[in-house]
Amino acid sequence: MLRLENLTVAVGEREILHDINLEIRPGEVHVLFGPNGSGKTSLLGAIMGFARYRVVSGKIYFQGEDITTWPIDARARLGIGLSFQRPPTVRGVTTRQLVGVCGRGQVEVEALAEELNFRDFLDRDVNLGFSGGELKRSELLQLLAQDPQLVLLDEPESGVDLENIALIGRVINRLLERDVVHREGKSQREIRRGRRKAGLVITHTGYILDYLNTDVGHVLFEGRLSCVGNPHELLDCIQKLGYEECVRCSIENATMAGGQGNYAHGTAGRDSGAGTGGRG
Amino acid sequence: MHTARQEEILARARAAAGKAAAYGEDLDLNSYRVSAATLPYLNDPTQLAAEDRARLLAAGVDVTGSDRAGTFIQINQSVVHCGVAQEGLEVLSTAEALEKYPWAEEYWWRAVLPDQDKYTAHVALAPQRNGYFIRALPGARAVYPLQACLYLQQEGAVQDVHNIVIAEEGAELHLVSGCTSAARVKHGAHIGISEFYVKKGARLTFTMIHNWAEGVAVRPRSGTVIAEGGLFLSNYVCLQPVRTMQMYPTAWLQGPGAVARYYSILVAPPGSSMDVGSRVVLQAPRTRAEVVARTLTTGGEIINRGCLVAEAPEVKAHLECRGLVLAETGVIHAIPELLAKVGNVDLSHEAAVGKIAEEEIEYLMARGLSEDEATATIVRGFLNVQMMGLPPALQAEIDKAVEAGEKALF
Repeated sequence: MLRLENLTVAVGEREILHDINLEIRPGEVHVLFGPNGSGKTSLLGAIMGFARYRVVSGKIYFQGEDITTWPIDARARLGIGLSFQRPPTVRGVTTRQLVGVCGRGQVEVEALAEELNFRDFLDRDVNLGFSGGELKRSELLQLLAQDPQLVLLDEPESGVDLENIALIGRVINRLLERDVVHREGKSQREIRRGRRKAGLVITHTGYILDYLNTDVGHVLFEGRLSCVGNPHELLDCIQKLGYEECVRCSIENATMAGGQGNYAHGTAGRDSGAGTGGRG
Repeated sequence: MHTARQEEILARARAAAGKAAAYGEDLDLNSYRVSAATLPYLNDPTQLAAEDRARLLAAGVDVTGSDRAGTFIQINQSVVHCGVAQEGLEVLSTAEALEKYPWAEEYWWRAVLPDQDKYTAHVALAPQRNGYFIRALPGARAVYPLQACLYLQQEGAVQDVHNIVIAEEGAELHLVSGCTSAARVKHGAHIGISEFYVKKGARLTFTMIHNWAEGVAVRPRSGTVIAEGGLFLSNYVCLQPVRTMQMYPTAWLQGPGAVARYYSILVAPPGSSMDVGSRVVLQAPRTRAEVVARTLTTGGEIINRGCLVAEAPEVKAHLECRGLVLAETGVIHAIPELLAKVGNVDLSHEAAVGKIAEEEIEYLMARGLSEDEATATIVRGFLNVQMMGLPPALQAEIDKAVEAGEKALF
C-alpha cells in the first residue's frame, strides 16, 4: 500500500532522513520508535507532503501511484490520513464544520463525536484551548470522518490521561479495522484476512501498544531506519537498554550494507492475519 | 435666539473650523457641495427606487421594516422616513427632538466635543440639524433591532449627521446603522457625529455596517457615556472599498460595573485607506472592557488603533488586534495602547499581524481541502467574530454582511 524507496528528505539545507526504505502492505500496522529528534515526525510529514520536508531523492508510492510530488490534498483524497502531534488552532472554524469537511458531508458528525465523548467540543473553534488529550480526540474524530486507507498517527497517546487512553486505543483499532466485532457468516480469521486498512504509528513511550495490536516495529535513529522486528520485542529492548543500543546496530548496519543504510528486513508480522504473536 | 451654551458651542466650532484631525488624511471640506435640496418625506420607504433599496439592504437596512422595531432613513441632508413599531421606543430626527424636548440639549455635544477637529466643527456649524434621535424609555426592551440608514445619494456632496441615542435606566436597545452611498457617487463625504448614553443597568447594542465606495471619504466621530451596570456593545463591519475612513470612537465607563465591548471587522481592498480604532476609558471601579479587531488587507492600508485607559481600581480590560495581509502591497499597522493611571488594574493586549499560517493551510489540506479551499476557510473563520450577547437576528445580519464581503475576496 505504501512504499518508500531510498527516500532522503531535507529541511532547508539539512538532510534529516537518509535513504529510507519501508513497505507497509494492506492490513498491516507498523510502529515507529526512536529518540526525540530522530526524524519520526518528519517522516510522517514527508509522506503527507508538507512543504517544509523536501524530498531530495527517492520515491514515495501509495496505492501503486508515485505520489512523491503530489500536493497534500491529493494524497489525502487518495487515502492517507494523519493525526497530528501538535495540530494548529483554526480560529472561527468549528470542530463540527471541520469534521464535516473530513467526511465530505457524508458522515453523522454527532454520532462519531459521541463515540469519542467529544460532543461538547463540536461547537468550539478547532483546537482552540484544547488540552493535550482533547487534541488527540479531536484528531481521531477527524480521521474517523475521513476514513483513510493509511492511518498515520503521531504519538496518539501523548498528553492523554489514563481514563481516556483506552478510549483512544479503541478508536484507533476501529480506524484500522482491528476492533473485534461479531459478523454473521464470517470467522474472526476471515475478518482479519479481509482487513485492508494500514497504519504507521509513532510512539515515544510505547503505552499505546497496550491497547493496539501492531505487526511490525521499526527504530528510526538519526534519520535512518536502524532496526526492524516485533514491536513488543523492540520496545522491551529500548526500555531495558535505551536508544544507546541503537548506535551499535546502526554502526553494524552501515558496515554490513557498505554505508547504504539498507537495514535487514524482518519477517515479523508479514501475515497480518496472524496477529502480533509477541504480546504478553 | 441662542442660549449661552449654544453660543459657546458655535464659538468653539468656529475656532476649530480649520483644525486638522489627529489622524487620517486632512480633507478639504470645501471640495464638497452641501446639498440644499429637500427630498420628499416617504410614509412608505418601500417606495424608494429598487437600486436604492438594494444599496440599503447591503448595509443591513431592510425598507420593508420586517423584524425591525423602527426605521430611520436620511438621504443626503433630508430625513425621508422616521417610524417606530414598538411602545417604549422613540425614533425622531435630531432637529425634531431638540424642538420637542428642551432637555435634549443635555445630550447635545456632551459625549463628542464640537471643537475636536474640523469635522465636528463642520457639523456644529451646519445650518440644519440632521441625523437621528433614538431613545428607549426606562425599562423598555426592544424585541427587534431598530434600523437607521444614512444614505449618500448625491455626487460630489458632503452628508453630515448628528445622532443621539439614549438607553434609559434598565432599557434594552439594539440599533443597526447602515451607512452607504449610491452606485453613482464617485466623490463624496460623510461626517457623522454619534453620541450614545447608556443609563444605569441599560444595554445598548450598536451595529454599524459601512458600505461605501472607492471615492467616498468618511469621518465618524462617536462618544459613549455608560452609567453604573450599563452595557455598551459596538459592532463595526466594513468590508467594501472606501477611499479614506478615519475614526476613533471612545467609551467612558463612568459608573461602577459598567461594561463596553467593541468588535470590528475591516477589509481593505486596493485603494482603501482606513485608520480605525476604539478607545475605552475605565473611570469607575469594577468596570470592564474588551476591544477586538480583525483586519484584513487585499492591497489597501489599515491602521488599527486600540487604547485602554484605567483611571479607577479593580478594572479589567483586554485589547486584541489581529491582522491578515493577503497581498504583497497591503499594509496593516496595529497600534495597541494600554495606559494605567492607578494601581490594582488588569489591562492586557494581544496583537498579531501577518500572512495566513502555512501550518493551518497544510492542516486543512491534509483533511482533503485544496489550497484555495483551505485559504478561503481560514479567512472566513478569521472574519467570523461571534459577537457576544447579540440577538440571533442581528448576528445573522452581520454574518450576511461578512458573507457578501467574502464573495468579493474570492
